[in-house]
Amino acid sequence: MILFNFASLVSFLLVLDVTTALYFHIAEGERKCFIEEIPDDTTVIVNYKVELYDPRSGGFMPSSPGIGMHVEVRDPNDRIVLSRVYSSEGMISFTSATPGEHVICMYSNSTSWFSGSQLRVHLDIQVGEHAVDYANVAQKDKLTELQLRIRQLLDQVHQITKEQSYQRHREERFRQTSESTNQRVLWWSLLQTGVLIGIGYWQMRHLKSFFEAKKLV
Amino acid sequence: MFITPLLFTILVALISGIYSKSVELTFELPDSAVECFYQEIDQNTSATLEYQVITGGQYDVDVKIEGPNKQILYQQQKMQYDSHKFIAQQTGVYKACFSNEFSTFSHKLVYMEFNVGPEQPLPGIGEHATVLTQLETSAEEIHSALNKIIDQQTHHRLREAQGRKRAEDLNERVFWWSMGETLAIMCVALAQVMVLKNFFSDRPSLYNMK
Repeated sequence: MILFNFASLVSFLLVLDVTTALYFHIAEGERKCFIEEIPDDTTVIVNYKVELYDPRSGGFMPSSPGIGMHVEVRDPNDRIVLSRVYSSEGMISFTSATPGEHVICMYSNSTSWFSGSQLRVHLDIQVGEHAVDYANVAQKDKLTELQLRIRQLLDQVHQITKEQSYQRHREERFRQTSESTNQRVLWWSLLQTGVLIGIGYWQMRHLKSFFEAKKLV
Repeated sequence: MFITPLLFTILVALISGIYSKSVELTFELPDSAVECFYQEIDQNTSATLEYQVITGGQYDVDVKIEGPNKQILYQQQKMQYDSHKFIAQQTGVYKACFSNEFSTFSHKLVYMEFNVGPEQPLPGIGEHATVLTQLETSAEEIHSALNKIIDQQTHHRLREAQGRKRAEDLNERVFWWSMGETLAIMCVALAQVMVLKNFFSDRPSLYNMK
């Protein structure tokens, strides 16, 4: 991970042109969250660009300097990894410390004059090996084509290995849940039988003594 | 010195416009909501939409892909997972919508992957004219095989997540249901005795005294 220094991060801004990426609409101030389930030590890069709806032209303004985006990233333990206000266009990158579901939330820092207006958000999320900028790696380390390809293969294999060990971890959790359910069902059925027998016995005895006291039997 | 890498990246940026745009997103779909994603696709580019409902309700969602002229390219109702590949007939904005309108209270988690165009080649590899050496061909093959593995892993990860979430749900439900039922049995037992006693007692009950 040390390989990708600041310079390579900066070049991402240029390499990944966000305007051709997928986009969606949100209302101003609306919160939009995405979930990334990733192994630990995995880099996630989020590129986004926000455009504000322009009522005069009926289109979207290519740049809206007044608009900022609040970006919040939470790790699986619900701790905040990152929470900041960014400009209308930007790139966020973080590396996961714990494996699990990371939640990335975005919302605009709404200003009263714009409220109720529509925003168009271009978004691109790249995870793990996809987040590596090979053009930059080749440049920096002076790699030949083949060396670069091998580097990519290595990255992919690393990614697969990490995913697999995470998979084992999750499988373990799954199995624990299933075993717990199994245990609960077993113990509860035993307990319920006990409760039923106990209550039936108590009812009989109680009623019997009651009827005897009343001289009904 | 400083300019060269900059020019280089700008060049790559221009080239990369033609190639693959692949986005994987997992998002929440609240009850009776519609979520649409838009993507600009050039003519004759192939695109693939893959989706899966991870959790919520009956694990189903309505999916629709619309072309630039509002023609419907794909429409499915109450699907759990699917993948659809199409070739863009014209350049324009394509729209993929996920709808949970039929569901009034279950909130869902949906995974989708929108893949457009072929994979972006490594810098320098796409443009060389000579025949690939055997080593290079093998490397290429390994690369595509690894890509398949990653895809398969993603698929597996999602199925596992679905199963795991369901198991967690079940565990929770079993717990609360058993608690509830134990309580219910005790209440019913007590009530039965009270009512029976009330039937046979000669003196009026407290309730009838006034």
